[in-house]
Amino acid sequence: MPIHEKSLIRPENIIEHEELIIDGVDVSGHWSTFINSRAITDYNEEMQDEIAGLAGGEFIHRCWQCGSCTNACTINALNNDFNPRYWIYLIRMGMEDELLINKDIIWQCVSCNKCTYACPRDVNPEGVMKATSHWLELKGHTPKSPSMIFDEGFSEQVFKTGKIEDGLVLRQFFAATGQKLTQTWLVSMLIGLMRKLPLTMLTRLGLATLFRPRTKNWGAASEAINEYVNEKNEENQRLLGLDNLEDRQ
Amino acid sequence: MSKKYEKVAYYPGCALEGTAQSYDRSTKAIGKELGLETVELDNWNCCGAMEVKNIDPKLQTYLSARNLSIAEDMGFDTVMAPCNGCYHNLKKAEYDLKNDDASREVNERLSSKAGHKTYEAGKVETIHALDWIKNSVGEEGIKDKIKGGLKGLKIANYYGCMYTRPRHIFPEKDQGPGSESTHKPHFMDDLLAAAGAENVEYPLKTACCGGAHTLSDSDTSTKLVLNLLQAAEACGADVIATECPTCHTGLEMHQIRAAKAFGKETKVKILYFTQLLGLAMGVSPRKLGLQENFSDAMPMLKEKGLI
Repeated sequence: MPIHEKSLIRPENIIEHEELIIDGVDVSGHWSTFINSRAITDYNEEMQDEIAGLAGGEFIHRCWQCGSCTNACTINALNNDFNPRYWIYLIRMGMEDELLINKDIIWQCVSCNKCTYACPRDVNPEGVMKATSHWLELKGHTPKSPSMIFDEGFSEQVFKTGKIEDGLVLRQFFAATGQKLTQTWLVSMLIGLMRKLPLTMLTRLGLATLFRPRTKNWGAASEAINEYVNEKNEENQRLLGLDNLEDRQ
Repeated sequence: MSKKYEKVAYYPGCALEGTAQSYDRSTKAIGKELGLETVELDNWNCCGAMEVKNIDPKLQTYLSARNLSIAEDMGFDTVMAPCNGCYHNLKKAEYDLKNDDASREVNERLSSKAGHKTYEAGKVETIHALDWIKNSVGEEGIKDKIKGGLKGLKIANYYGCMYTRPRHIFPEKDQGPGSESTHKPHFMDDLLAAAGAENVEYPLKTACCGGAHTLSDSDTSTKLVLNLLQAAEACGADVIATECPTCHTGLEMHQIRAAKAFGKETKVKILYFTQLLGLAMGVSPRKLGLQENFSDAMPMLKEKGLI
């Protein structure tokens, strides 16, 4: 079978002998290149169902591997290793170890929805990427990604007050990820603005801290949302078999 | 002028109250010039944005649906959102509530617990600020109000992701002549051309600025934005016109970051399409919030004799 995606062969599986003579024929170097064969025995048969059970992953079973998603992908254009089609294949096959090789970049999906636009099977690959990075975190394969930390901080504000204040979102995120607010580019942005409108800026910063934007009478909605979120979290834990794990400990 | 969209419910969303106040102000300013009335939704809440959707899409549907129910309560059948994120989410909520039982169930449950009316699909139409102008006064209406116009200004029109993708939540698009295209959107091009600008052929109209990870994966966002800026310059554009606060802020922020962190300077200016239309109609730059843009377009506009 022709190899369409050579980048998918791990370098350690490509064998080449510098000097090799077989039956008197010199096949040194490139002439002796071959791919190490391997037998996979450790399929994770639950993986597809688990990811399909998380929000966004529902339609992964529809995929027929055309590759339109990867072809359209914004992040793939920057990094060849970012390959939604391949990951969907691995998940459907249950090849967890192979998927884990890319575990630290799956969260980088920017939700541009080009894949979902291109997909002829309505797989919603964007949702599958979100479900997969969520799955990796829930299973403990990866720590919470910066994206997840951002989403949680942002959502928490919405759940609490009904609205967000972008300055607060930024400050909280930088604190949660241990980044400094004094990065050169941020500072030069602020200086640029302060020079143009010092009073407006100061007033706005001050007002936003004093009067956080909020939706009035949000209490009941907030309560209902939190109750729903907790229920969802428990449901996800059960789905991934993580609740029993805690019982046993 | 057609009566359509002459008076709509206005959903500014969080960004237009925060970093994108100039978009809010310029939208209202051109509405006034064009004789279009907007009434802000009472006590609205965040649409859920990308962030809540990532936590749980049905929760985001509820948050958006609450705003739609407010519009309905206020007696409106149309809600206009200038923010691509808000517009997208309200559209997505509408689609999900129409087609997905589970989303309907969650919306019913949360709405009744929160103590307000449950929004049902089909009651309120969500439109973007672009639809609002294009389908009410249209190009002719713009031409009637032009004072000075945008002659000599070359514009790359940038629509971003959320305005056209995924296709299924925008059933009114791709309906042939007169309708918006999801593949090659043109409403902003049409309006700015009517205002006298010269639109450049910009191939990255619907490319991604990395707005979702503007802070959580800054290097990726900077690379994507730099690509947008350099492509616009290569097309000969003086200005990138935006119609989304996340794109706009991302472009401005990462233009600075590209210069500071990657050493890549770009000169193209970034303005909201509402600011550009306002300028064409002779509204003062201050009223359009031009001084609040990080990317300072004033010297370039002066040079071209546009202000």
